Amino acid sequence: MNIFANILGKLSLDAIPHEMVTLGAGIGMTLGALGLVALVTYLKRWTWLWREWITSLDPKRIGVMYIIVAVVMMLRGFADVIMMRLQQATSVGNSHGVFTADTFQQVFSAHGTIMIFFVAMGLMFGIMNLVIPLQIGARDVAFPFLNSVSFWLFFAGMIIINLPMILGEFSAAGWLAYPPLSEIQFSPGVGVDYWIWSLQLSGIGSLLSGINFIVTILKMRAPGMTLMKMPVFSWSVLISMIMVIFAFPILTVTLTLLYLDRTMGMHFFTAGDGGNMMMYINLIWAWGHPEVYILVLPAFGIFSEVVATFSRKRLFGYRSMIWALSAIAFFSFIVWLHHFFTMGAGAHVNAFFGIMTMVIGIPTGVKIFNWLFTMFRGRIKFNSPMIWFMGFVFLFTLGGMTGVMLAVPGIDYQVHNSLFLVAHFHTMIISGVVFGFFAGLTYWFPKVFGFTLHEGLGKIAAWLWSIGFVLAFGPLFVLGLMGATRRLDHYVDPSWQPLFIVAGVGAAIIGLGVTCQLLQLFISVRQRKQHLDTTGDPWNGRTLEWSTVSPAPFYNYAVIPTVTHRDEFWEMKRAKASNVEPQYVDIHLPKNTGAGIIIACFAFLVGFAAVWHIPWLAIIGTVGAIIVTIRRLTTDDTEYTITADEIRILEQQHVKGHTA
Amino acid sequence: MNKKIRLLLIILIALALIVAINQYLGTLHIDILNPKGIIATKEYNLLIFTTLLGFIVVIPVFVIAILIAWRYREGNTKARYTPDASDNRLAETIWWTIPIALIMVLSVVTWNSTHELDPHKPLASSVKPITIKVIALDWKWLFIYPEQDIATVNLVEFPSNTPVNFEITADAPMNSFWIPQLGGQIYAMAGMTTKLHLNATENGDYRGASANISGEGFAGMKFTARATSQADFNTWVKKVKQVPHHLTDSTYAVLAAPSKNNPVAFYASTPDDLYDTILMKYMMPHPSTTDSNAHEMDEMNHMNMEAH
Repeated sequence: MNIFANILGKLSLDAIPHEMVTLGAGIGMTLGALGLVALVTYLKRWTWLWREWITSLDPKRIGVMYIIVAVVMMLRGFADVIMMRLQQATSVGNSHGVFTADTFQQVFSAHGTIMIFFVAMGLMFGIMNLVIPLQIGARDVAFPFLNSVSFWLFFAGMIIINLPMILGEFSAAGWLAYPPLSEIQFSPGVGVDYWIWSLQLSGIGSLLSGINFIVTILKMRAPGMTLMKMPVFSWSVLISMIMVIFAFPILTVTLTLLYLDRTMGMHFFTAGDGGNMMMYINLIWAWGHPEVYILVLPAFGIFSEVVATFSRKRLFGYRSMIWALSAIAFFSFIVWLHHFFTMGAGAHVNAFFGIMTMVIGIPTGVKIFNWLFTMFRGRIKFNSPMIWFMGFVFLFTLGGMTGVMLAVPGIDYQVHNSLFLVAHFHTMIISGVVFGFFAGLTYWFPKVFGFTLHEGLGKIAAWLWSIGFVLAFGPLFVLGLMGATRRLDHYVDPSWQPLFIVAGVGAAIIGLGVTCQLLQLFISVRQRKQHLDTTGDPWNGRTLEWSTVSPAPFYNYAVIPTVTHRDEFWEMKRAKASNVEPQYVDIHLPKNTGAGIIIACFAFLVGFAAVWHIPWLAIIGTVGAIIVTIRRLTTDDTEYTITADEIRILEQQHVKGHTA
Repeated sequence: MNKKIRLLLIILIALALIVAINQYLGTLHIDILNPKGIIATKEYNLLIFTTLLGFIVVIPVFVIAILIAWRYREGNTKARYTPDASDNRLAETIWWTIPIALIMVLSVVTWNSTHELDPHKPLASSVKPITIKVIALDWKWLFIYPEQDIATVNLVEFPSNTPVNFEITADAPMNSFWIPQLGGQIYAMAGMTTKLHLNATENGDYRGASANISGEGFAGMKFTARATSQADFNTWVKKVKQVPHHLTDSTYAVLAAPSKNNPVAFYASTPDDLYDTILMKYMMPHPSTTDSNAHEMDEMNHMNMEAH
């Protein structure tokens, strides 16, 4: 019995959650996963799944998998929202609401972590994978195998963050787990370790993706596409990924130090014994602030594409846009201290970081004006991506204004850690990042699947999200000014309750928006024959990706285009390209490989073992991952060739398929 | 005509909504917009100033966005269409310059106000300030009055129109000490002292809270900040001096143990230098992993306190 206990580390039967809510969710999740496994088995689709998806190195497939995971995680994160709104709408005065304080704290910690790391990041990497190679006229990313490893590490991290529902508990220390609260003394359970290892695995995946996409964009652009002819979305991704390789190593190190504190009795961030919690708070925000810009820059890139396309006009101030993106990226690394003006730094320091923060407002404001003047004297088609964009303009501008307010330390002392702050950053992230990614998904969906999404439901969803947003977060601005701090599982003042209830109604309306989106997907798939994109160019697009057929073939382009203009495809359409028989050549593409998922499985074992203190399992995981990596790296036979003749036949089939 | 009536109706509904919301907000007690202290008032003014400055950008953006979206919609074929226009040096210069100018104004205001409102900065006053030491515990606030030699839990009373010098630390995870109607917050951290200088301009009870999550009982970490006249304060101190409870090392140990939603408590006396002892506890490196060492440490603390 004793030996058994040692072998399994901290793991025992007690690890099964006792809280009814958690247990229920855990059972539901497990049944869902089992159901999925049963379904795949029943349909005899395992081989297909393995060959076509799991081992695929096609960035479009990897992108789709990222997005599926992100959407499922969004539903999980939204379930957390419902729980939080329910608690705060009911837990006033003598009533203590639906959940215990501990459950509530786990819920909001999970909500923040999941929404940033597994929804926003997942959607971002997903869209990048779908679009970047196509947009720069490439057939693949620079390191296709690395791309697969990145995705599966992200997947492993996602599994780890969902495990607490069936095994142990999650962190109750907030989404950034400030010490000393997250230290072993105050959080003795496995929750914080789950948090650490989930982020550790997905964070390494993000870093690898960052390297991959920088190299892809710098080295694999189509001939003629100079940097200043590159579409703005590609620019935004390039800049965002440069930020990733600067920011994510900080996260990795910070998490490692916290883990050493917790398991090895070290004192990097403890209260006392030479530790200093302020160092953690500095480090985590030195990553965390750039992180939000890492997310929002690609969304800006998407809006730049969407606005130009649907206004049927060139993007206004292309150079300005690139400079603005670069300036935002640069300044975002020297503003991290504005997350803790209230930690007692001197007036010089606080004032400096406050002013740097406001400076970011300048290039951001310029971008808004440039988008609006792209629409000026255009012919604007208000498709659903444009509805998302309009929602973004209004909400993001308001959010930006509250951001400038928070950047003034004298104001921040009053509203920091309050619901005003919560409302502010949700405004930025939802209207900026989330609306941007939704616009992007709608916009590029036909390129990947060959049919467009149902427009009506898309527009309704955008409206519901925008209206729901105002109702959900407007009251939080007011509550913050009333002195309501964030993360309250209970409050005394009954006059706060109506506002919390309105916020709950807002969340419910957003929920309707989400329902509309799911319905949209379902109906679009069913009616795909009616929404078929036969031209490859459903929106009258401007950039290269619209010049190839929809769905884009696995080799993207039969012949790599040569670029002469910024809006290359727009100009091609104008010039009415002559019908010369294309000169096909042999194409080399990477072979599928299971090494990515196997490495991630071993990495998962390491994470799991680290959470539960099972040394032998950690060793197996580490050694296994290293062996598989070495084996893969020493294999020469990683590519296959499609001959020019095969390409010709495939291309003719495309033409036939669409004219038939 | 029909269109005009519809537009008018929409505007009327919008106006009615704004009035109704405004009316409702007027009935609420919005602490930050209702400052009762010198610092809170200055912070409030700063908030209003920045908001108005923000409107200089936000309102034009909204108006331009609506006008452009309406005028250049696909259906309006009368509007000009210039698909190749992509640069206009003048226009771009304007919208680089205006935000830069606004931010420059705000930067000056920020620099000055940050120095003026620095929480560490003592407030100038002809009245002698009162010092109150604040210790964030799991999950309550302990206030020690070194000059009066009394202590309270979850209630802090002080004379109005008198500078209050709070010296803040924690014997718990990080918290944030906040009395919205009197002024902004500052973190309470173990092993460190942060300072906050406030001055209430009106008598009254003000809400105080911890603004930073510190564990399970965090939501109940509320306290009342009571500003009274000097005479009332003196009477209050005398009353507290007569309560039968005394803060000693052992009662402190009991108090410091985690507990939720603590009622207000008073202590007629405090051990000398309790605050410094708590502070020093975290500054000395000691291997707390073994029990014997921890025990030694306790004894050392004990000796320290007696020595003073």
